[in-house]
Amino acid sequence: MTASQIIFYLIAAFILGFGILSMTTRKIFRSAIWLLFSLIGVSGLYFWLQVEFIAAVQIVVYVGGIVVLIIFSIFLTQQSGIEMPKAPFKRTIASVLTVLFGFAFTYLLISKNNFQAGDGKFNADVSTIGTRMLSAGEQGFALPFEAVSILLLAAMIGCIVIAMKSKPEEK
Amino acid sequence: MNGIPISHILFVSTALFFIGMYGMFTRRNMITMLMAIELILNSVNINFVVFNKYLWPGKMDGIFFTIFIITIAAAEAAVAIAIIINLYRSHKSIDVEDAAEMKY
Repeated sequence: MTASQIIFYLIAAFILGFGILSMTTRKIFRSAIWLLFSLIGVSGLYFWLQVEFIAAVQIVVYVGGIVVLIIFSIFLTQQSGIEMPKAPFKRTIASVLTVLFGFAFTYLLISKNNFQAGDGKFNADVSTIGTRMLSAGEQGFALPFEAVSILLLAAMIGCIVIAMKSKPEEK
Repeated sequence: MNGIPISHILFVSTALFFIGMYGMFTRRNMITMLMAIELILNSVNINFVVFNKYLWPGKMDGIFFTIFIITIAAAEAAVAIAIIINLYRSHKSIDVEDAAEMKY
């Protein structure tokens, strides 16, 4: 077993362990912190796969943006220390069974499938990504880029409108 | 590549997906359900990157899909949190069972 393999299994255990903790703990603030660790593990997996740009984006957007937003909204909407009520026993059993069977069937499919490795050189450095993203020609991604930027603008305006306090009624 | 077969990496992403599904099924708090959605989106991202790198290394479509999914996840989280905060103002609770006015 080489060092690279050992690092992969460590990262995998890190992601899955913190993911399970995040979905089973009953304190909401701890759940957010463990989600943070799990997302850091995912970015570590991207570093291991040598797609450094995606790993950096993962850290900046998920760890720096979304988790901080979630923690803020926990502070705004409830006490962070209280325990959430336990899910009913019946629902827990049903969801554990559903998840286990779903996982078993999906992994069965994956392990039976014979994946053929493609040829070509994998090249995902930042300059290639940037050139591709803004080129409108063959293999360019300018149209989805524009669509996503309009979506972001709409989401930003929508957030402000939704969260705006309505003025008190005047007589 | 790197001595790891692709199915082991797909094991991680599948397990992460079903952990997120478990969270969706058992949690009734809107913020924790949002966290479950983030886990599910992350597992999809891992799949895209791994398939791109192992099966079609000459192309970059998986990388771009991952970038766009991350962007859309950020927008979705922001809108969801605005809705949650607004709901908390009117209902004093963020439990999905308490927001049942439009159910019937």
